[in-house]
Amino acid sequence: MVLTAKDIAGPRDRGWLRYLRSDTFPTFWCAGCGNGVIMQALARSLAARGPAPEQVAVVTGIGCFGKADDYLTTHSLHGTHGRALGFATGIKAARPELVVIALMGDGDCATIGGNHLIHACRRDIGVLAVVSNNLNYGMTGGQFSATTPEGSITSTSPYGHVEPAFDLCALVQGAGASFVARGTCGQPALLRRLFDEALAHPGFAFVEVMTACPTHYGRANRQGDAPKMMRGIAEAYRGKTGVLFRRETAGFSSKYRALQTARKAADGRVGETR
Amino acid sequence: MPVFMQGNEALFRGAVAAGGRFYAGYPITPSSEIAELAAQELPKLGGVYLQMEDELASIAAVIGASLAGVPAFTATSGPGFSLMQENLGVAYMAEIPCVVINVMRSGPSTGLATMPAQADVMQARWGTHGDHPALALCPASVQECFELSALAFTYSEQLRMPVTVLADEIIGHLREPLEVPVGTPIASRPLPSCPPGDYGTYDTSAGDVPPLGFFGGPHIVHANSSMHDAAGQPTTRRDTALALIRRLQDKVTARSAEFPQRRWYLDDAEWVFVSFGISARASLAAVERLRSRGVAAGLLQIQTVWPFPRDLVREVCRNARGVFVVELSLGQLVGEVERAVMGHAPVHLIAQSDGRPLLPGDICRRAGEVAGDGFDR
Ligand SMILES: Cc1ncc(C[n+]2csc(CCOP(=O)(O)OP(=O)(O)O)c2C)c(N)n1
Ligand code: SF4
Ligand SMILES: [Mg+2]
Repeated sequence: MVLTAKDIAGPRDRGWLRYLRSDTFPTFWCAGCGNGVIMQALARSLAARGPAPEQVAVVTGIGCFGKADDYLTTHSLHGTHGRALGFATGIKAARPELVVIALMGDGDCATIGGNHLIHACRRDIGVLAVVSNNLNYGMTGGQFSATTPEGSITSTSPYGHVEPAFDLCALVQGAGASFVARGTCGQPALLRRLFDEALAHPGFAFVEVMTACPTHYGRANRQGDAPKMMRGIAEAYRGKTGVLFRRETAGFSSKYRALQTARKAADGRVGETR
Repeated sequence: MPVFMQGNEALFRGAVAAGGRFYAGYPITPSSEIAELAAQELPKLGGVYLQMEDELASIAAVIGASLAGVPAFTATSGPGFSLMQENLGVAYMAEIPCVVINVMRSGPSTGLATMPAQADVMQARWGTHGDHPALALCPASVQECFELSALAFTYSEQLRMPVTVLADEIIGHLREPLEVPVGTPIASRPLPSCPPGDYGTYDTSAGDVPPLGFFGGPHIVHANSSMHDAAGQPTTRRDTALALIRRLQDKVTARSAEFPQRRWYLDDAEWVFVSFGISARASLAAVERLRSRGVAAGLLQIQTVWPFPRDLVREVCRNARGVFVVELSLGQLVGEVERAVMGHAPVHLIAQSDGRPLLPGDICRRAGEVAGDGFDR
């Protein structure tokens, strides 16, 4: 039997199902992959906030988590590896009333896409950026990324990784992000709360989800099965989760709208004096 | 009343006249005037100027804005055009309208950064990987900068694809009178008219170019740069893949005859020049010089280089005593002309690739060297 979203959700609280396309289930993800937990938490937060799927635009990159758009009823763009934030920036700047969400892997977001990440932080564009940080490139067979911890075994660091890893939350905070949060795939209730708060934030909101790739990273580093990995990740990040940084901001779009209004008015005055 | 205007400004004004309201780019010589004008003018029109961190992000933002329903464009030159290629592939494959103005400069790489060239012709055709279509327009005057830039928006919205405007440093920086066209049509996107629940982002039941909704609209858009079905869902099916790849090409080639070209003195021409952009301008002067000497010369000015007007070139050149292809590269257009002429007439290349334009005198002399006695009649 193929499970539908309804079976998974249980009898109560079905509002969030309208954001998920159960006709495309089962998902592409391996059994035990953390991505499903992220998706359910995100769908529940969207339901709580309440925008219609027509008012939501999701951009994905390329990777395992980059397949997330296949399972959403919102508007979506499945783009290129690393550039999701570039697309999302254009969508938000052109139509600020939309809820714009970029779903990215750690490779997407912080490795090939690192330049876009820091500039999205600085620009403070009102996009919710979610990074599924599984510490490696799941899609292409478990090679190391910019978040792979030093010493880890991956398919391209078979003797132990010699490079240090980015701390993404510290990186984006340094780059000027106005909302920075971290959760883990072992704590769905925490994720729900972080997404709720991130969706209410008018500027750039960054949510890092430390997640399990039992198929590659977990196996190569002998971290046990998926439940064990999820517990291990939650344990490892104890005290390092939650909303880590937040500051008041108007966000890019309201500032740009004010500029447009002022220029239109100034242009009108020029016309009158002619 | 004509106004005196720079080519780059005319490219910008044409874009705005056609409804372009979103610009994202990264400054680069010799296109930067377009960015500066966009920053100055678009906010007044309720539009947006974004200066992105690089050209990868610039074209990505343009594609995003277009999906949000705002006609969007960017301008760049060789190095930036190179960086845009991967995401241009997204726009071809996911069928997202946008306009890219490439004011060509001398390469490869940083090359002669402030000097003209016309060596991005093949890049405008095959710059991104895979089988994909291309539509590229080449202005040869300030007037054409305005008109072809506006037309690029019409084509991009109607065909749901990126359109390249291939200008060059001289045309971009040239200042001359422009007769501002009245009633430039606002490029309109054929929107879906079916009930939202029946809409598929790539549903071709109503024609070879599926209507495109917009992010925020009632018809949910699933834009997909991976191989996809009518609903925008990924697929690896052979039949679906082949049909899509074919359709992407065919939607352009089927309309080849509609795209603009310009014929000069061709009716009785024995010697046919084929050129575009600044070299077409110099070639026209050369043709007129030769005409004044009694040589039956004519010019086919390529305004639409892609899809290459193979049938037209064949028709115009097949009975020529000689065909001269004039371009600022070691020879890119010439290969297409040879393929079109198929040996029916001798094809000669008049090329230059040192950052300097070909002057009418150079063209007459080099054509004369080939034609020899042919020009003395
Ligand atoms: C420009 C480019 N380079 C390389 C690839 C190959 N590639 C596809 S996904 C991927 C890595 C994915 O890793 P991540 O973003 O962490 O996502 P995950 O699969 O782990 O969810 C790579 C290298 C690509 N698609 N495009
Ligand atoms: S390879 Fe890893 S990240 Fe990808 S679906 Fe499987 S478990 Fe998830
Ligand atoms: Mg990853």
